[in-house]
Amino acid sequence: MSRRRSLLFGGLLALAGVFLLFAPLGLKPYGIFILSMWAVMTIAAIGLNLTLGYAGQISLAQAAFVGIGAYITAWLTTKGAWPFWPTYVLGFASCFVVGWVLGYPALRVQHHYLAFVTLAFNTLVYLIFRNEEWLTNGIYGISNVPRPSLFGYSLKGAKEFYYFCLANLVFVSAAAWWLIRSPWGRAFVAVRENPIRALSLGVDTRRYTLMAFAIGAGLGGISGALYAPLTQFIDPTPFALGLSLNLLLMVVLGGSGYFFGPFLGAIVAVLLPEWLRFAQGYYLMGYAVLVMVMMAFWPTGLLGLFDRVTRRI
Amino acid sequence: MSTVLEVRDLRKSFGGIVAVDGVSFDVEEKEILGIIGPNGSGKSTLFNCILGQLQPSAGDVRLDGRAVTGMRPCDLNRLGVSRTFQLLQIFPHLTVRANLILAGQEHQGSMLSRLVGRPDAGLSAAAERMLGFFRLEHLADEEAGGLSYGQQKLLDVAMAFMAGPRLALLDEPAGGVNPTMLANLRERLKAINAKQGSTFVVIEHNMEFVMALCDRILVLAEGRVIAQGTPAEVRADPKVIEAYLGRS
Repeated sequence: MSRRRSLLFGGLLALAGVFLLFAPLGLKPYGIFILSMWAVMTIAAIGLNLTLGYAGQISLAQAAFVGIGAYITAWLTTKGAWPFWPTYVLGFASCFVVGWVLGYPALRVQHHYLAFVTLAFNTLVYLIFRNEEWLTNGIYGISNVPRPSLFGYSLKGAKEFYYFCLANLVFVSAAAWWLIRSPWGRAFVAVRENPIRALSLGVDTRRYTLMAFAIGAGLGGISGALYAPLTQFIDPTPFALGLSLNLLLMVVLGGSGYFFGPFLGAIVAVLLPEWLRFAQGYYLMGYAVLVMVMMAFWPTGLLGLFDRVTRRI
Repeated sequence: MSTVLEVRDLRKSFGGIVAVDGVSFDVEEKEILGIIGPNGSGKSTLFNCILGQLQPSAGDVRLDGRAVTGMRPCDLNRLGVSRTFQLLQIFPHLTVRANLILAGQEHQGSMLSRLVGRPDAGLSAAAERMLGFFRLEHLADEEAGGLSYGQQKLLDVAMAFMAGPRLALLDEPAGGVNPTMLANLRERLKAINAKQGSTFVVIEHNMEFVMALCDRILVLAEGRVIAQGTPAEVRADPKVIEAYLGRS
């Protein structure tokens, strides 16, 4: 990256940071809720970006992991009366393990075959949420999920919980940044670009593929652990295939394999539909057309576009 | 001198087609062995069987006396066997430097140490030396996919030597490389052979290149070894002329 590009990028990043810090001051509770949702969905999309964008393994099951994380936290903090943090860790760990196991099909099949394997998994998990009433309370869902407190400081208010979600996003981003810059990140890209050559250079492609699935799923779990106390009520509906496709859209639209891709993608997928509400009945149609146009003309996503445009300066 | 690689009665068939039909040979330490033969004579399949990319139907492969038949390529690589492929195989979206670091990073420490350790896995200096050795320093921070074909080919070869392999199997290193670059490549390979003490097996169609580079040559035809010896002996062998070289 040239000096000017870095400056431009840094400037934009600083602006975004200032906006995120001060936005709640000028927003109604619903606006703050949507912005919190953006942070929570970005975490799930960062996970999928590791699996798909960096390691090149398509997954249509990210919603299932958000769901698993959400149900673990919701169930344990209500019926189990557990404090929040152990459920957060458990959500991550459970999704990590399940994601590792879901990675095994990826050692045999790729691309659309793998897409269908993960799609079926998402459906299976959704059906468990919906039908296994003894475990999940079925379609009635789990309500009154409490919001945690931090060092004795209550996070019940919309603003407080927003900053909590934002802090989590910063933490997850930092961890993902570390991972991508480490030899693991290099190995993930190698598995994506040329697994046979990677194998011949000593890269244990099996282990890295499974790891990419597990970490991506684990971040889905963290996203879910925040989702439950954010909405304070969960039922199976949000964790159906639709959310998996939406998360995939966030990754691809933002720029698959770009670190900041999920952040931008989640703006388009979570915030933009809200901003388009003025168009009433037409807003989702307009949104769909916009996505079609963006994908057709900028297949490398918004950051791919940024890359191309700023290469000239 | 000790034997680095022993191949015994190696066979590989695909359905009814026998691609490699009972090939045996040894490679001594620091030797440069060339393998030549017409297209479809089983050279690349032989490499793939030795290196674990394909499971041989029968036969044994030994590295320094240790049985390694059918071992996974990544484990074999960590034992000191590296390779290049017939077609160029680099990572186009990684920088040239990152390609080289990747080629060495899995040879040290544990998986966990690679996560918590330094981003360059402590290989920046080694990568720099390799860049200098192959005269690619000015391209270090370019994405490898943006390099010319000849430069990518040099990078491809450089990656195979990043971890200081005991044995390197090169599949057509001269393919598609222009004459100037070719002389450069041959000289670099000779230098590595002398400096690192690496042992080479080279598949090649470019006769001039292979005759100048190799100490000994093995000739394959229809999956069998039909001749072996020094370049001069092989060149004069009537069977080789018949099957491959042709009369001039």
